Amino acid sequence: MFESALFGKLTLSAIPYTNPIIMGAVGGAALIGLLVMGWITQQGQWGYLWREWLTSVDHKRIGVMYIILAVVMMLRGFSDAIMMRIHQAYAEGLGQGFLPPEHYNQIFSAHGTIMIIFVAMPFFIGLMNYVVPLQIGARDVAYPFLNSVSFWLTAASAALVMVSLAVGDFSQAGWSGYPPLSEMQYSPGSGVDYWMWSLQLGGIGTLLTGINFFVTIIKMRAPGMSYMKIPVFTWTILVTTVLIMLSFPVLTVTLFLLTLDRYLDMHFFTGGMGGNQMMFTNLFWVWGHPEVYIVILPAFGIYSEVVSTFSQKRLFGYASMVYASIAIAFLSFIVWLHHFFTMGAGADVNAFFGIATMIIAVPTGVKIFNWLFTMYRGRIQFTTPMLWSIGFIITFSIGGMTGVLLSVPGADFVLHNTEFLVAHFHNMLIPGALFGYFAGYSFWFPKMFGFRLDEKWGRRAFWSWLGGFYLAFMPLYALGFMGMPRRLVHYDNPIWQPYLLVALAGTVLISYGIFCQVAQLYVSIKNRAALRDTTGDIWNSHSLEWSVTSPPPFYNFAKVPYVESLDALSYKKEHGMPIRAEAPYSPIHMPRNSGVGVAIGAFTFIFGFAIVWHIWWMVIASTLAILVSVVMRANDEDVDYMLSAEEVARIEKNGAQASASASSGISHHDMITQG
Amino acid sequence: MPQTCIRKSLQTSPPQIISRTRNYILEIANAMKKLWIKLLPLFLYPGLGYACEGDCGNSPWALMDPKGPIAADEMHLILTAFGLMLIVVIPVIIMTFAFAWKYRAGNKEASYTPKWDNSHTIEAIVWTIPAIIVLILSILVWNSTHALTPEKPLTSATKPLVVEVVAMDWKWLFIYPEQGVATVNKLVIPTGTPVTFHITSDSVMTSFFIPRLGGQIYAMAGMQTQLNLLADKAGTYRGLNTQFSGEGFSGMNFEVDATSPEAFQSWLQETKTVGQNLDNNRFKKLEEPTENEKPAYYASVESGLFQNILQKYAMRQMSASNENHARMMQAQK
Repeated sequence: MFESALFGKLTLSAIPYTNPIIMGAVGGAALIGLLVMGWITQQGQWGYLWREWLTSVDHKRIGVMYIILAVVMMLRGFSDAIMMRIHQAYAEGLGQGFLPPEHYNQIFSAHGTIMIIFVAMPFFIGLMNYVVPLQIGARDVAYPFLNSVSFWLTAASAALVMVSLAVGDFSQAGWSGYPPLSEMQYSPGSGVDYWMWSLQLGGIGTLLTGINFFVTIIKMRAPGMSYMKIPVFTWTILVTTVLIMLSFPVLTVTLFLLTLDRYLDMHFFTGGMGGNQMMFTNLFWVWGHPEVYIVILPAFGIYSEVVSTFSQKRLFGYASMVYASIAIAFLSFIVWLHHFFTMGAGADVNAFFGIATMIIAVPTGVKIFNWLFTMYRGRIQFTTPMLWSIGFIITFSIGGMTGVLLSVPGADFVLHNTEFLVAHFHNMLIPGALFGYFAGYSFWFPKMFGFRLDEKWGRRAFWSWLGGFYLAFMPLYALGFMGMPRRLVHYDNPIWQPYLLVALAGTVLISYGIFCQVAQLYVSIKNRAALRDTTGDIWNSHSLEWSVTSPPPFYNFAKVPYVESLDALSYKKEHGMPIRAEAPYSPIHMPRNSGVGVAIGAFTFIFGFAIVWHIWWMVIASTLAILVSVVMRANDEDVDYMLSAEEVARIEKNGAQASASASSGISHHDMITQG
Repeated sequence: MPQTCIRKSLQTSPPQIISRTRNYILEIANAMKKLWIKLLPLFLYPGLGYACEGDCGNSPWALMDPKGPIAADEMHLILTAFGLMLIVVIPVIIMTFAFAWKYRAGNKEASYTPKWDNSHTIEAIVWTIPAIIVLILSILVWNSTHALTPEKPLTSATKPLVVEVVAMDWKWLFIYPEQGVATVNKLVIPTGTPVTFHITSDSVMTSFFIPRLGGQIYAMAGMQTQLNLLADKAGTYRGLNTQFSGEGFSGMNFEVDATSPEAFQSWLQETKTVGQNLDNNRFKKLEEPTENEKPAYYASVESGLFQNILQKYAMRQMSASNENHARMMQAQK
């Protein structure tokens, strides 16, 4: 009685110490964590890390931390992927693979959740954090402190997923967690709760970010920047934030209803008493489909910037691009039912949603053509970001084609839930989103740290990823035509096995690609002197982020620029105007760093852990702690300061070095190489 | 001359233009489809003679090897839609390579127009061509979705066979209400006879799928979905659950024996004499979760079992509204 009051459902047996694979992973992760912490201690950098990074409200530092989070979680999500591939390749007939079903089922559930929520989301949010305020000529986001809170909520929920590895288990109900399987009756363990709460808490962080950037883009653009002068990446982010604000509340409510079912024995999604499992499926995809465009639209924006820069030409059809993004966003809300044509909604409903889905192919096709006509009559430089973009255009076209195929209900009846579907959405999300983030990462890396990334390792990474992608997913299309369903832990069909072996080979090639990316970072940091960029505009690009030094001073712009035309920097260059602001400067109003964001994140993590294990006193205590933190912050008068004009002049004179970001950037990135 | 041309084109009313273009593109798609139906056997049959379970002697490409009209229609639909899309996708891929090569920075001979960023002609083309193709596809979608909707009965002179399907943890129960027999993980159907499946679940959400016969539909507790299929060739085909449903999911397969109507009748007689009865106790036993269940046959089955399973999960409000709905329907008649 006393124990359950103190520890809830948590007992020592929740730690899977009998499973060598899990314990190995836990040990490995702990070891790496300890090494990183030991290294920081040895360097005596804890104070610096706390003052300059963890408590930072600077959008640039928060952006970098988001990207680090995404990279770390990608390594986790990818190790899930390779375990699944190895397992399936040897799970034919008498072969049983190497994972027991309950572990395999957790892995594919975790893989989906992690890759979408904790890789794709933080990766593009990181890039947008870094780039958007610079592109629109702003000194920071509208709510710098809220930005820090958003980040720490996301980090806390990512930590919750990681903890599920060591204490308890993760959901075995798929990343989409359909009831009744995800209900208490069929999933009584802690797994679904980990999934539910990590999604829920991370979702709140994302919603706050969406609001923050929406307001930033609407209210904080430099004077002169009318809507049709907003850089195209920022436009896609604006559309994305609208999608976030409209769709994430649906997820919040849906998960809350499932929470009521699981914790208070209500009946929203169980049979009887008016509940209905079909409602969850509908609500989940009312969020889930816009979510697909939330992760893909920012990548489209990145491709637009990259293709135009490296074709050394203006973007073709800017207005078309903007309207196409808006059209895609609107349509993304009326297609959710195509995720379950096979639920029996009837011909009229299925046909409506099928046709609506196909219509999305039109604005998307327009975008593809516009990128092609941006390349047309250009002078194309095949840098790494450009390679990612060209690889994307070709591969994404194939994925789009299979997507239209799946949007035909009659075809979906035989392709749904097969490996064809798995191949299709990886074909959209890997080239469509991830390649874009990689392109953005190598494109803006010199802006972030003042030196560019090594090209040789970058090219190696690209070719390995591209080749690996085709090897890993083309066989899955074929397996779909053979009627192989997704998520099989075992199968009796020797004809499928060679295809799965090829897919495994593809995944191995991708892991070499990831190795190349880690090596690229290491080599680039080592050779940073040779790779240094002192111009601030390394690619001879067109928008405002390239008008400041690399890395930019922490206040971004000494004077807020005036925007004359769409490609604001190109305009300045063409008209021989000074690129950077000149003296005299005025004092700048800046926000102070705050540890409250970290505290809220930490309490949120404790809250998540406590509620997963039904440790009620801890739930109450952490909720109170979060409330107290918020109230304390609200009553804190000392949240900002004025940077004097002399200080601005000094920093501007010393250029990039004085802003101290260069050295800090390096030390941080060493951490990723080791992690 | 030009003027007459303009007049002529004005005389062609827009709908005609659309239908003509549509016919033209559909012809291309059809020709492409015919081409790959001819080419398919070349690479679809490497698996003949392999060891296999429940699917012997068939091509491994289940979706391209239909054994019934629904699956055949679905295959043709896939191939047609695929052909239509290649009209856009192939040019895109070729253009990508061609532009990337021709306008590489090293090629100083290629023209370079850094400020050229708009062309109404190109914009019009890149919006219209995909739009036209999507329009044609939409017509295809509307028609095919209504033709292939799972609950639609098949037109046939033969009286359809009704099979009640119950998804359980982790096996399939098939009840033949008119014949009074039941099976587990084994579906025997006569060829040339439409089969109407009434489908529900005694557990979580699953999806009922026989790739070579076509269609797929979810099985959900407390609710009933329908699927109409027909096997026109005798053989043994694989049926399965495609919707992940927990630990025993991978083994939730069944064999479909499509036999001649005569063989089906004799199978019925045999089952009625040899099998056990599926009484309440045996059903309770069956409800316990099991994995990789072997086929089982029941000579008789408690009547109304399917309805009872439905009722167990049925929503009070929902069933009430269903009754209202039924009453309204009768009143309309």
